Amino acid sequence: MEATQETEKTALSAADFEPAGQEEKAYMVKMRPQTTAFQDGMRRLRKNKVAMVSFIIIVLITIAALVIPIFWPYQYESMLGMTPGKPVDPSFQNLSPFSYSTTEQARIAAGEKVFPHIFGTDASGRDYFIRVVYGTRISLAVGFFASLIVLVIGLLVGSVSGYVGGKVDLMIMRIVDIIYSLPDMLMVILLATVLKTAIGDSLEGTVLARIGSNIISLFIVFALLYWVSMARLVRGQILSLREQEYVLAAKAAGARGGWVIRRHLIPNCVSVIVISTALQIPNAIFTESYLSFLGLGVNAPMPSLGSLASDALNGINSYPYRLVIPALVISLIVLSLNLFGDGLRDAFDPKLNG
Amino acid sequence: MREQALLQIRNLKQYFPISSGFFSTQYLKAVDDISFDIKEGETLGLVGESGCGKTTAGRTILQLYKPTAGEVIYRGTPVRTRQEIAAFRQKATMVFQDPYSSLDPRMTVADIIGEPLDVQNSTENKIARRERILELMDRVGLNSEHAARYAHEFSGGQRQRVGIARALATKPDFIVCDEPVSALDVSIQAQIVNMFEELQEQMKLTYLFIAHDLLVVRHISDRIAVMYLGRLVELAEANEICDRPLHPYTKALMSAVPVPDPKEARKNKRIALNGEIPSPLHAPKGCPFHTRCPYAAAACKESMPQLEEIETGRFVACHRVREIH
Repeated sequence: MEATQETEKTALSAADFEPAGQEEKAYMVKMRPQTTAFQDGMRRLRKNKVAMVSFIIIVLITIAALVIPIFWPYQYESMLGMTPGKPVDPSFQNLSPFSYSTTEQARIAAGEKVFPHIFGTDASGRDYFIRVVYGTRISLAVGFFASLIVLVIGLLVGSVSGYVGGKVDLMIMRIVDIIYSLPDMLMVILLATVLKTAIGDSLEGTVLARIGSNIISLFIVFALLYWVSMARLVRGQILSLREQEYVLAAKAAGARGGWVIRRHLIPNCVSVIVISTALQIPNAIFTESYLSFLGLGVNAPMPSLGSLASDALNGINSYPYRLVIPALVISLIVLSLNLFGDGLRDAFDPKLNG
Repeated sequence: MREQALLQIRNLKQYFPISSGFFSTQYLKAVDDISFDIKEGETLGLVGESGCGKTTAGRTILQLYKPTAGEVIYRGTPVRTRQEIAAFRQKATMVFQDPYSSLDPRMTVADIIGEPLDVQNSTENKIARRERILELMDRVGLNSEHAARYAHEFSGGQRQRVGIARALATKPDFIVCDEPVSALDVSIQAQIVNMFEELQEQMKLTYLFIAHDLLVVRHISDRIAVMYLGRLVELAEANEICDRPLHPYTKALMSAVPVPDPKEARKNKRIALNGEIPSPLHAPKGCPFHTRCPYAAAACKESMPQLEEIETGRFVACHRVREIH
């Protein structure tokens, strides 16, 4: 009896149903919004807190380095206390943080407002804060552009070498071997010295003259020497990837070399390229700083973090903070870039994310 | 009137150079002088043990490897120039053996299926492309919700469906199926094999079905070709070749097919071959099979037997085929 009652209760007629509306239908066939691999990667990257914090730090440092010099009351090259026709005011030199020279103290006493020297001044009476900011700007620019040059050349040469193979590969790799076998430091110093005189004159009067022959030669040195490791890396990756069956599948679909490299090979080694580029930036910053230390880096009075640190060596006992500050900035930049590079790899490698 | 052959393969050779030492180059004869026709709408099974050149033959037919010699004639015109190959690629596609490595891990399923369309610019706009992709996914039994997923989110069977959808993208009429089911579970194999048959019926496809699983091949094929050391040894109707193999190698191969009924199985005598398959680098002179053939005679060591038509539609390459029957 119970069973029949049950069936009576649940018995349904056609009248009990109503056709689904357009909206309901649309809801049923709702698809995951179509996303590109890049969008997916960005979504994963945004979820990664460490990478995002690092990214924010890099952005903040970059913005600071670009914007602060515009409105800061002191210039990186102006020696305070040096007025033409008057004796030098030594009280401006070697000020400790947030202290004022005798003239400035007099102005404050007179009710004037004087912008503080946040990090003090250096031995020539230049505001140290703006020098650090400017040095960061130079170092970042050198690191970024040098890595860009390395990336472009390395990627181009490496992918062609790896994909074409055979005699082309053999030739390119022998050139790479030759460049590899040259002692880095010696070549950098020699090239920087030679280029400095060689291109110094031809730059006269052009836009590049403002950048300085030293930095230009630094870029050329990077372009000539440091692409080899990137090219080797990319070639190795492509050599192993081009044997993958999906490359053959792409060829079976009618794809040519350029398509295969762009659509399959480079996207599949992008994590390695990204990491190595991210590591190339601090590497370039270091190279720039030791060249600056040797007097081959940026042209004085232009500062870079490296030259600031090496200048600070003279007064290491009395003014240790002058070494610590640029060193800290370098560390912060390098650490952030590394962590951000890791985050990028995690985000753009779906295989690792499972 | 004879049926028009869709593809005629004529004296196809594929030698891979292997440098041995500084001056000498040896050649690995992966495919050595094979000729056969594939009729429109049929499934030609291609079997043989590992390393006999089945896969290379399939890839060379599709011009994925440049043939060392010989030619492939598609609907009466030889495929030679770049343009001809490009046009041929639209009509002749491939399903790969390994559904894991043949799909780019960085592409979504929609992009993988759409790649042949993108490469050949065959859809006018994005909407048409998307429609075509969804239609293909539907055709191979994939849920269109999965279009935005990556290949690694799928099971082996689903991945192979993606591979098949991709092969169908340019509306081909000939597909080389390179061991498409050997990487799959048996239960999934049946599904995929059945799907191949359905698709063939619906879309009038012609298959070259490469496999080493003889039961699967017998099930799906109209005719079967047997390869040994880069050469064709026998070609005949599927049932003929399975029930009454003529070439000694085919006999041995067929006797190795497991029979599901143990009583039947006991009746069958297995022909065990002695020795290993010789290296294709040092293929024996004369008949390539003479080193392992129980019927080998003096003539077999001297001259290479050619594929000849013993009966209508039965091609065998053996000197002694008439004597041993």
